[in-house]
Amino acid sequence: MMDVAVFPNLSPALAEIVLAVGAMLLLVFGVIRGERSTRTVTVLAVLLLIVAIVIVAAVSPAATTFGGSFKLDAFARFMKIAALAGSGFAISMSVTYSRREGFERFEYPVLILIGTIGMLLMISASDLISLYLGLELQSLAAYVVAAIHRDNARSTEAGLKYFVLGALSSGMLLYGASLVYGFTGHTQFDGIASMLVHGRSLGLVIGLVFLLAGVAFKISAVPFHMWTPDVYEGAPTAVTAFFASAPKLAAMALLVRVVEEAFRPITADWQQVIVFISVCSMVLGSFAAIGQRNIKRLMAYSSIGHMGYALVGLSAGSAQGVQGVILYMVIYMSMTLGAFACILSMRRNGEMVEDVASLAGLARSQPLVAFVFAALMFSLAGIPPLAGFFAKYYVFLAAIQANLFTLAVIGVLSSVVGAFYYLRIVKIMYFDEPEHAFEPAPVELRAVLGLSGIFALFFLFFMSPLVVAAGIAAKSFF
Amino acid sequence: MYSAIVFLPLLGAILAGLITIFGAAGRHPGGETGHGDEDHVTDAVGSEHGHGAPSVHGDAAAVHVAHHEPHDHHVPAAVGSRAAEIVTTALLFVSAILSWVAFFRVGVGSHELFTVPVLSWVHSGNLVADWTLRIDTLTVVMLVVVNTVSTLVHLYSIGYMSHDANRPRFFAYLSLFTFAMLMLVTANNFLQMFFGWEGVGLASYLLIGFWYHRPSANSASMKAFIVNRVGDFGFELGIFSIFVLFGSIDFDTVFGNVGAVAGSSAALHIFGHDFSGQAAITVACLLLFMGAMGKSAQVPLHTWLPDAMEGPTPVSALIHAATMVTAGVFMVARLSPIFAFAPTALMVITVIGAFTAFFAATIGLVQNDIKRVIAYSTCSQLGYMFAALGVGAPSVAVFHLFTHAFFKALLFLCAGAVIHAVSDEQDMRKMGGLRKKIPITYVAMIIGTLALTGFPFTAGYYSKDAIIESTYAFGGNVGGFAFVLLNVAAIFTSFYSWRLIFMTFHGAPRSSQEVQDHVHESPQIMLVPLYVLSIGALLAGVLGIGYFVEGGYGAFWKHALVLGEGNEIREAMEHTPFWVSSLPFVEMVIGFLVAFWFYIANPRVPAELAREHQGLHRFLFNKWYFDELYDRIFVRPAMWIGRFLWKRGDGWLIDGLGPNGVSARVLDITNRVVRLQTGYLYHYAFVMLVGVALLVTWMMFTR
Repeated sequence: MMDVAVFPNLSPALAEIVLAVGAMLLLVFGVIRGERSTRTVTVLAVLLLIVAIVIVAAVSPAATTFGGSFKLDAFARFMKIAALAGSGFAISMSVTYSRREGFERFEYPVLILIGTIGMLLMISASDLISLYLGLELQSLAAYVVAAIHRDNARSTEAGLKYFVLGALSSGMLLYGASLVYGFTGHTQFDGIASMLVHGRSLGLVIGLVFLLAGVAFKISAVPFHMWTPDVYEGAPTAVTAFFASAPKLAAMALLVRVVEEAFRPITADWQQVIVFISVCSMVLGSFAAIGQRNIKRLMAYSSIGHMGYALVGLSAGSAQGVQGVILYMVIYMSMTLGAFACILSMRRNGEMVEDVASLAGLARSQPLVAFVFAALMFSLAGIPPLAGFFAKYYVFLAAIQANLFTLAVIGVLSSVVGAFYYLRIVKIMYFDEPEHAFEPAPVELRAVLGLSGIFALFFLFFMSPLVVAAGIAAKSFF
Repeated sequence: MYSAIVFLPLLGAILAGLITIFGAAGRHPGGETGHGDEDHVTDAVGSEHGHGAPSVHGDAAAVHVAHHEPHDHHVPAAVGSRAAEIVTTALLFVSAILSWVAFFRVGVGSHELFTVPVLSWVHSGNLVADWTLRIDTLTVVMLVVVNTVSTLVHLYSIGYMSHDANRPRFFAYLSLFTFAMLMLVTANNFLQMFFGWEGVGLASYLLIGFWYHRPSANSASMKAFIVNRVGDFGFELGIFSIFVLFGSIDFDTVFGNVGAVAGSSAALHIFGHDFSGQAAITVACLLLFMGAMGKSAQVPLHTWLPDAMEGPTPVSALIHAATMVTAGVFMVARLSPIFAFAPTALMVITVIGAFTAFFAATIGLVQNDIKRVIAYSTCSQLGYMFAALGVGAPSVAVFHLFTHAFFKALLFLCAGAVIHAVSDEQDMRKMGGLRKKIPITYVAMIIGTLALTGFPFTAGYYSKDAIIESTYAFGGNVGGFAFVLLNVAAIFTSFYSWRLIFMTFHGAPRSSQEVQDHVHESPQIMLVPLYVLSIGALLAGVLGIGYFVEGGYGAFWKHALVLGEGNEIREAMEHTPFWVSSLPFVEMVIGFLVAFWFYIANPRVPAELAREHQGLHRFLFNKWYFDELYDRIFVRPAMWIGRFLWKRGDGWLIDGLGPNGVSARVLDITNRVVRLQTGYLYHYAFVMLVGVALLVTWMMFTR
């Protein structure tokens, strides 16, 4: 039991605290300085994220604090660094875009910061209550940024839809959490697990399903994905890039921690749920993306599919599986950020274009951009020796070692179907009748695209430290 | 030295090939304008497919249409044409000189069989095949024939092809062919021989289709290739049988053990029958002979040779008269130690050879295309050679091969000169009266004709008469059959040869005035080969008979050829009655007189005769309907099966259920899934709740 009189050890949560204080200071600063401060706030926000990375990586000790509801272990450390990096890239990618699109507000980086704090809390949460706190903090920030372009009807629609459905999912999650608490008498993961060793009741299983449904909504796994295409399309593209990257990673980390820490004794139960949503996500992600003409919607289905593949690793319920999930999320995030950097640079005559067909002839007007984008598409399709191949390799390998052959086969088949729409983009860029060239991309997008391209193309050469680190992170649960 | 003989042509081919490649790159700088050559190829091939007509047979109708040898006048000549010509011709010249040196050392001299190792090649289990040159009299005879004719043809081609834009490619192919042919004749094992065999087939294919922008040339080259595949299939099976029986494909090993295997119970198991001992060897020999039939255009695999005349005329002279088509004869002679143990196979060879000699001669009687007449003549003469092989006189066959190479190459090159003179016209009905305008060609062609028809003391007189005598000496049913057919064929040969001369050079000119104005004697570079070959056609027989057939036989051949036990044919040939040895001369005179009567004295007779015997004429004119028969039996069913498998099997079944079907289903699913995304919040919420409900239900029932 937590002793309220004892002041908790704050050092494991130092990054969150720094970020929170910094975010509030930036907010105050922005309010005082007005709209002109956006540039400064953006730069400071990125710096703050870098500081947080340093703190997570080097300063904070690995420990459990807040009476066992906050945990900083190797897994949390790894995922937090990835999430912080993803948020940092997402903020920097928005700079030119937000100015051109006319929603350059200092609140935007601050909101991302607050969302990032939520993500860090999600990653570290080892208690149902801290889990919910982190999740809601991140979600609330996300609802607002989805509608940040409030003069734009589609943006506000996206924000509203996201909010309403998010509220519904939160309700499910809370309902599930209350059932779990009711049937185990614990909110802390350790406690829940210790009770489940003695068997589980039907009520607990129902609670588990609701809990997982709530989390599945956050990673947009089928059938809780319905918001994704609409929100991805409606939200400003920079925001979509953010949604597709760090929050997904954080929510996946949360899911991993919940099932591996709290529900380890009933692996067979949650495995069924995860396999189900994994298969649904992979299949739907592959098939539905083929029908899309809007590149942002296409990326939405792509992310649904990729969440399915990542869940294949989780279904294995083994250290290798978790390692696969970690690698998958990191690789996916880096590829998707690169892809969005390219999408953000699809600008013609002062307006954004989002039609897949408008990529035609990119190979002639901007050969390098087209090449990197093509490499990213090949990587997303999972073609060796690019990064995306190894991501899929590790999760499928884990599934096979866990004797989940059917799941692995479905995964491979749906990735074949999925390859179609990735390769179609390459085909459009290289072989279709050229359209007018895009405006040159701003430097930050080119930088992100370059980094992402290097990551995808040369992953083979620096994968081993990453794989080892992911392996160590995965050992946190075993 | 022997390696030099073989590999100098290869060097030439490679150099000319490099010139071709770099020349092509230079002709299309940047490659932006498209690679003209390749485009043409695809066009031509594409149109073949587009027709849907039986392409292998496609030009049977075109036989009757006047052919033109199309030089590409519009395209600038490839860079380095001159260099390619000089390099290849010079290298071959050296090679030819060395071959003659080898001939005098090994054949006329006293060198026994020896081998020149080149490199180790295949070592796989029992199968050992090293690259070794086998040099004996048979080899050097072939070396001389191949390299001499090839050099002369190279030389001739410099003149003949001077208007063509793609000369480097042409000379590269020619030299490549020569190399492959040399590989074939110097082979020391079956695999090496097969390598050369296929190499000449490839070169033949490339050269027949040299003018690839002409659909008829493309289909002719494909036809040659495909018909040869049939023969090669047999040849391969033969090689496999040899390996099964002997456990080796090395010539020395195989030849040394034929007697042992024939007496043993080593067996081939084919279609439920066991063939052991001699029967097994007979089977192997027949299979090997099948390969020879394909390459040497024997009935029923002869159909490709006349069509092969689509290639440039020097090619016809080199490949489709003097060298490659004799590969089958060479092969049977080379393998005479094996065939000696297979009398049944030899009998088959005799019958096929004699029949081909007769059959091709009958067709030659009525053809109008100057090159086709000579092509059928070639086919017929090859039949003579096989008849001689069959009756157990390989030395006579090789002797005829040797003399035939000279006079047939001469005839083809003369035909080329004629075609060249009359502006690429090949139809003899549009020639006539050329005697005075191109006298040198005329004389050379007369010499070639005399040699072919066996005028006394010319080359053919010795070799062809020796073949006829050998069949008589062999006797029996088979010998008698061959004897009769070959004699009849000799009359026909004389007739169609003189017919060719009369139609082309005598009578009133039948070509257009414009063509006549342009008629001119060929340049010296084309005439020199004619001189040399004329000398060969006149003297090869009289000089060779002593070595090849008569007194010097043993000292010349040494042990290169092996005859079966109890083969008395050489003695028997010495004692043929006078009427037999004088018969060919009589036949030659008959043929000449009839031709003279038909085409000089009484030019209306042929047309009347053709009208009176319309059926027979049409039968011969359409080449015994072999092409039509094959078209009906093989080509059309094959096309039908191909079309069926393509449209129904691949298109409908595999593509339908496979790629197309799957992708169509994928699209169906996609469309259905996309429709779920309505944009309404309550639908989305509904889906989420249904999902949860489903999962809860599932978990409740599976717990």
